[in-house]
Amino acid sequence: MRLRAILLLLCAPLAMGQAKPVLVPDVSQRDIEIIYSFTGAELLLFGAILYPGGRVPDDRADIVVVVKGPVQSVLMREKQKVAGIWVNAESARFRSAPSFYAIASSRPIGELVDERTRAIYELGLDSLQLSPITSGSPEQQQRFAAGLVDLRKRTGLFVEEPGSVEITDDVLYRANIDIPARVPVGRFTAETFLIRDGRVLAAAVRDIEIRKSGFERFVAAAADQWSVTYGLAAVALSLALGWAAGALFRRF
Amino acid sequence: MDIYLPIANLSVNALVIIGLGGLVGLLSGMFGVGGGFLTTPLLIFYGIPPTVAAASASTQVTGASVSGVFAHLQRKGVDFHMGGVMVAGGVLGSLIGAGIFSLLQASGQIDTVILVLYVLMLGGVGGLMLKEALQAVGAVRRGTPVAAKKRRHHPLVAALPLRWRFYRSGLYISPLAPLILGVLTGILTMLLGVGGGFIMVPAMLYLLGMGTQVVVGTSLFQILFVTMAATMVHATTTKAVDIVLAALLLIGSVIGAQLGARLARRVKPEYLRLALAAVVLVVAFRLALGLGWRPDEIYTVIAE
Repeated sequence: MRLRAILLLLCAPLAMGQAKPVLVPDVSQRDIEIIYSFTGAELLLFGAILYPGGRVPDDRADIVVVVKGPVQSVLMREKQKVAGIWVNAESARFRSAPSFYAIASSRPIGELVDERTRAIYELGLDSLQLSPITSGSPEQQQRFAAGLVDLRKRTGLFVEEPGSVEITDDVLYRANIDIPARVPVGRFTAETFLIRDGRVLAAAVRDIEIRKSGFERFVAAAADQWSVTYGLAAVALSLALGWAAGALFRRF
Repeated sequence: MDIYLPIANLSVNALVIIGLGGLVGLLSGMFGVGGGFLTTPLLIFYGIPPTVAAASASTQVTGASVSGVFAHLQRKGVDFHMGGVMVAGGVLGSLIGAGIFSLLQASGQIDTVILVLYVLMLGGVGGLMLKEALQAVGAVRRGTPVAAKKRRHHPLVAALPLRWRFYRSGLYISPLAPLILGVLTGILTMLLGVGGGFIMVPAMLYLLGMGTQVVVGTSLFQILFVTMAATMVHATTTKAVDIVLAALLLIGSVIGAQLGARLARRVKPEYLRLALAAVVLVVAFRLALGLGWRPDEIYTVIAE
């Protein structure tokens, strides 16, 4: 009985591999380095869909690409008008807000999968699993979540681009994702999903590392680890520049 | 020319920041104020996070006041005794300010407090300056000199215990008065990234009754050291000093300050003060509007 179950389990991937297509994804840059001239980057996500036996089925499959930044625990504050001026009033905490989230798909995501599947795979800005940890009402959490999405959308940190994934001959796909200059550093993931008939047939993940490099990395590390020396350097710089300008102008 | 700011974590146009520093420097050279009161709001307006703006603005004020201090040293316009007491108070104040800063940050009210303080301070000082400048301009037009006010310190100052002699200022008062003044400006420096010159100068003139020939020099001396202390406190507590941002601001402001000082010699001082009052009041008015109008962003997100 048990042996048969184990055998069945072992054979399962083989059986599925025959029936299901496989994704071979890649990204144009595995490492994005932030240097002084960094104004953002353009990421190209591309790859191939391998169908079993090389036979492309008749009904069309869709591709969804999601690039996610490291999750953060965030505190959100909401301004309200109190006694004539706008002040921070209510607040909410989310334990797992992505610092960056971009989704591109070959068709609008709402037409591809139902709400439940969207929530499972975190497909779409309205399906993010933010893990609220405040005792507020669901409506309040909803309001704050919408506020977070709206804010990050306008700063370019949350992006939704339906219809921007190109599929060539039902086999090759490509999508461009813009990484803005305000992007946080850390380990990013690029997930690719193959979807047909409202079901996720295959998924694959690639990691992307975004980090400060060279001088920028040095400055950020210095400010964090050698803060006294860093402060003294800032003071020395301002004294030197102020003095130099004075000395220079006295000559003319 | 875009350049990435490693602490603010965003990229800015270097020429815009240098130009902004230059504009502030021009004003500071013309009017003899640090100009921090303009830098911080302008940087926030440009999209720099408020904490980084305040921290880096204080670094800029240090640079802008250096050459002023040298100039006044040559004219013996610095009362080191008085300045030293004020610096001691200022350093103490910036530490207190750091405590207030983190308390307000935790309660989420730091932005509102910064704004309200700005509006009150700029509105109050701007209003007083406008009134005084209008009187002076009117007097110049009529050709009648304004009667100089009798120099004496405030009765409250006289009531403080312990009296020291401050020779260059020509005063015999309690050191507690300049110390308290120093503490207050230290707190303002830490919270707002301003040097506090335009609070210090009137307070030194009208509260302490200091001689006019040492007021500006001593105030610059105090600003120099207190902004240095504030930079250090920011660097070690909020870690928000962006050295690239500060350098860009400094390049603009030290050049602007020199140009401004030259420009100032060609304009009558009464009109200069009137212009400064107008600038201060416009900034105050704009910030006050921001308090009452519905802000662009209802939500703020702080990563923990």
